[in-house]
Amino acid sequence: MLNPDLKLNTKLFDKDVEVKPTRAGYGQGLLHLGETNPNVVALCADLTESTHNHLFAEKFPERYFEMGVAEQNMAAVAAGLGVSGKIAFISSYATFSPGKNWETLRTTCVYNQANVKIAGHHAGIMTGPDGATHQATEDIAITRCWPDIHIYVPCDAVEAKKATIASAETALPVYLRFTRDKTPVITTEETPFEVSKLQDFWTNENPQATIFAMGYMTYYALLAAKELEEEGIQTLVVNASTIKPLDEEGVAQFTAKSQAVVTVEDHQVMGGLGGAIAEFLAKTTPLPIEFIGLQNTFAEAGSPKELLEKYGMDVTSIKEAVKKVIARKK
Amino acid sequence: MTGDLYEDKLKELQHKANEARELLIPMLVEAGSGHTAGPLGMADIFTAFYFHILNQDPKNPDWADRDRLILSNGHICPIRYVSMAQAGYFPIEELKTLRKLNSRLQGHPHRTILPGVETTSGPLGEGISQGIGIALAARLDKKKYYTYVVSSDGEHEEGNTWEAIMYAGKMKLNNLTVVVDRNNIQIDGFTEDVMPLEPFRAKYEAFNWDVLEVDGHNIRAFVDAINEAHAIYEKPTVIIAHTIPGKGVDFMEKDFRWHGMPPDLQDVSGAPPKGQQANEALKRLRTLDGKITSEHEA
Repeated sequence: MLNPDLKLNTKLFDKDVEVKPTRAGYGQGLLHLGETNPNVVALCADLTESTHNHLFAEKFPERYFEMGVAEQNMAAVAAGLGVSGKIAFISSYATFSPGKNWETLRTTCVYNQANVKIAGHHAGIMTGPDGATHQATEDIAITRCWPDIHIYVPCDAVEAKKATIASAETALPVYLRFTRDKTPVITTEETPFEVSKLQDFWTNENPQATIFAMGYMTYYALLAAKELEEEGIQTLVVNASTIKPLDEEGVAQFTAKSQAVVTVEDHQVMGGLGGAIAEFLAKTTPLPIEFIGLQNTFAEAGSPKELLEKYGMDVTSIKEAVKKVIARKK
Repeated sequence: MTGDLYEDKLKELQHKANEARELLIPMLVEAGSGHTAGPLGMADIFTAFYFHILNQDPKNPDWADRDRLILSNGHICPIRYVSMAQAGYFPIEELKTLRKLNSRLQGHPHRTILPGVETTSGPLGEGISQGIGIALAARLDKKKYYTYVVSSDGEHEEGNTWEAIMYAGKMKLNNLTVVVDRNNIQIDGFTEDVMPLEPFRAKYEAFNWDVLEVDGHNIRAFVDAINEAHAIYEKPTVIIAHTIPGKGVDFMEKDFRWHGMPPDLQDVSGAPPKGQQANEALKRLRTLDGKITSEHEA
């Protein structure tokens, strides 16, 4: 059942569940930061509205920098601001930032420990009809390997606002990942949010498997858990909104009973959430794991629903993965 | 504003630059790897920065109002380290730790471990952008400090460099001055063979910059150019400093093979035999009376 302690959206499983893009939460979080911290500045590479920077830009034009289509320059300019007392938020599509400007970010922001927050938008196959060129599905892998970076992948627009605000609390670089399409609102304003804290959104006394899900895919994991419960299979669904630093205690705690894991992410199965969980469990308590995500392939143009189905990432695929991993335990 | 450069001060700077070259060569030999030509070629400019131009306090390297000197082509950091040691940022003795384990003097400079180094650099094409960010922060905070970026000619082959030049032109960043070490060499040869940069001046002008050109070994001309850059309010300024790579050691001068190699590691045609290069380089280092200042002066 939905964890009653977390004050999640009670209408989550309704047909008319509220939907909102996570990027909208970013825009609201950035606006809040602008209002409360004069050192917050924002930079964007010719995608002001689509990355929801317009709220900040309209209110704080002197602190908003339109960089044009130049993601490397944006990264290093932000680094200069970030070592000069500013908290610099940079926005583009995730394929371009942290994709195209990866080495610039590595050197000038991450190794240099500049106070820069990288907002990667239109991540995952959720970007749909634009096709694989614009669907960032490797961004976690290429940022997770950086020392000291924080990585937040909010599950909905409400959590996205909280994660954006929280990102300003550390002086370290943070990678924030957002998606384009409207996705169900899972949490509420009252849902507690803490960096590096895994939360069991779907809870059970005797889970047979633990599903770790990232971003909007948490919704599909919850749908799968609900259907599985109706079939007599108990699971946990853990929302992994912080990929790094990984809540290792949480992973251990939430797998202690189930002894089987399914990871669910809109990302390549290599190097993302599944990779992070597997690396940790391999060192401590090796368990059977099934990985839901892109299986070593690029996706293509299509509606998000069609793509999730074709690439084995829909509710049916998650349920099958749970049954498979339970069978592997025996 | 940079102070007047009287004759006795000029002489003092020329001696400092000569001393810098004397410190550089054994430092590179001790390190056993690194770059020689660029640091020798930029000794006069770094001396001018650290002993005349920069408003800084080596005992208080994080002073909020200090002028910022960003080194974009991080590989010539040995000359920055030498100037910083001469200026009192750290003991001269520490120069021997260049490129060694546990040293603050990384092979390419790293901001977080050596106070006074403003940015981490080495991968080319990123320094002007970082300088822009620092200059924008000054503008937001209404601070008067200047931001200077030292850049190489070769790194103007990087796309990022031109993204930055385009953006600084847009923002009319008059508190930013870029100095390009126009020494005409890069690892694979002469810039005009590897990837022609000319007409270099016209390119900057087309991106809405003010362009000054000086002999990079003429300290007075360089200081004058910095003062002129301060007086230009409507644009960022680039000073194209024409330098001689390896300046001061005749068998290294203008030879691109010394770009990424310290003395004593490898024989180069025309150079003294292996094992003797460092001594020979020091011996043949032209002294002030010899004369190591501008070769274009009357």
